[in-house]
Amino acid sequence: MNKIPNRQVICETLMEHAATDKDIVVLCSDSRGSASMTPFSKEFPEQFVETGIAEQDLVSISAGLAKCGKKPYAASPACFLSTRSYEQCKIDCAYSNTNVKLIGISGGVSYGALGMSHHSAQDIAAMSAIPNMRVYLPSDRLQTKCLVEALLADEKPAYIRTGRNAVEDVYEEGNVPFEMDKATVVCEGSDVAIIACGEMVKPAKDAAALLKEQGISATVLDMYCVKPLDRDGIIKAAQNAKAVITVEEHSPFGGLGSMVAQVVGAECPRKVINLALPDAPVITGTSKEVFDYYGLNAEGIAKTAAEAIK
Amino acid sequence: MENLKALAYALRQDVVNMIVEGKGGHIGGDMSVMETLVALYFKEMNISPANMDDPDRDMFVMSKGHSVEALYAVLAAKGFFPIEEVIAKFSKFGSPYIGHPNNKLPGIEMNSGSLGHGLPVSVGMALAKKMNKQDSRVYVVMGDGEIAEGSVWEGAMAASQYGLDNLVAVLDRNRLQISGCTEDVMHQDPVEARFEAFGWNVYSVDGQDIDALCDAFEKAKTVKGKPTLVVANTTKGAGSPVMENKAAWHHHVPNAEEYEQIMKDLKEREEAARHE
Repeated sequence: MNKIPNRQVICETLMEHAATDKDIVVLCSDSRGSASMTPFSKEFPEQFVETGIAEQDLVSISAGLAKCGKKPYAASPACFLSTRSYEQCKIDCAYSNTNVKLIGISGGVSYGALGMSHHSAQDIAAMSAIPNMRVYLPSDRLQTKCLVEALLADEKPAYIRTGRNAVEDVYEEGNVPFEMDKATVVCEGSDVAIIACGEMVKPAKDAAALLKEQGISATVLDMYCVKPLDRDGIIKAAQNAKAVITVEEHSPFGGLGSMVAQVVGAECPRKVINLALPDAPVITGTSKEVFDYYGLNAEGIAKTAAEAIK
Repeated sequence: MENLKALAYALRQDVVNMIVEGKGGHIGGDMSVMETLVALYFKEMNISPANMDDPDRDMFVMSKGHSVEALYAVLAAKGFFPIEEVIAKFSKFGSPYIGHPNNKLPGIEMNSGSLGHGLPVSVGMALAKKMNKQDSRVYVVMGDGEIAEGSVWEGAMAASQYGLDNLVAVLDRNRLQISGCTEDVMHQDPVEARFEAFGWNVYSVDGQDIDALCDAFEKAKTVKGKPTLVVANTTKGAGSPVMENKAAWHHHVPNAEEYEQIMKDLKEREEAARHE
């Protein structure tokens, strides 16, 4: 069982590069511990900026740094980063086109029992609606590393959401298929297509195994690149299937499900079922308890998929 | 040396023409901030079309982005783009000269329009210049109504925390905002003491006096370990009694009669400045 959360991999990957690339700067809003960025702040104090509990400032300062050639990574809880500083993300990063990488940590319902103030079930919709903002939800630690390496090589703004807890590996160490802005085909099948992002990819993969036992063959697509959405990948997966299931740790509105339905509806009409969090404050519990309650687990996904193609 | 006082009145005429042609514009704040922009662009800042991509240039952020017409007039006078083109195209369909700053135009660093962004963005720039060990400076202009935005004070705290003595903020203190007097809408006096309490070095000067502004900018260069705020005490609509100190002229297009009078007043003041 993997014990390394994706956020820690972001820190480690940045540290690997920060020694030789002095333009890499990490910013936190009293969030270095929860972002796993304490090691970075200790090893590279000259490349670390603390803004205090001021998320708007965190993003604006990042934009100013980027304008002067720095490569800022602003890490703050996704719930605050995507709402409190939404306008700064829109204007100072996306509109001004600054090379700011926004790291939304403890995304979705990671802060399970802390209530709706600490949940970010709207960040995919909010961030995707901003022109020139990219949105990524890596599925496991291995893909997270590939993603951060790719982001270090470009100069455009992006929002990256990660969860708080370690997630089981989807891929194998040393064998991680990754092409920037192309969804990863986890497995291919001919009955149903399951398109998931972030922490929902692993249960989607496990659901495919359960379906196989029932004689149903499923494609699983890891849509870590929610924006720019891999339209071709969706069409290819949907064309081979009788129905499409989307799975996301997000509100049912404006997230992965909405985007996939737009593409499938226009290009290759199929039944599209969106598994998501409810349009309501979620039930109190750990994120696993919350996922289980709403059917956002392997059993729930498999059940929905099997019923969809009946 | 160019007569900057006369230039400020000449550029005001460009602003009025822009607003009349474009049928819209924030004329009152354009007029109050003009001397600040002229002082910065023609005397203080090391920035021109020749060095606009040089990492060591001074950087400017127009946080009160609605005064973009004044900025366009000054940037055109600096040679970033032709003023005739700005006047002909301002705010028109498909125009690059939109009603708030955008950095697709040469000479504009950051997009603005929503208030309260410029100061924290400038904090990032000044911080980067410190990290890069560059001696160049960062200037930001805010409106006085703008500082009701909480993000301004987040930026003020951070600038002080990081001792950004390479950062100068100018407050265009014209005492009027769209709904009326700043002191009635959300009072800020004594604004100097408020910023001082946040750890800033503060000068309060006649913001329509280019020499006084330049004097403050020069003194700011000698201050170590603190950011500087220059409170530019100005008159909204400065340049013609037709628009001076009238909140209704925050956003207003002069009619034909007003246009004639304003242009006459501005030309007279320009001429008088040339013969001082």
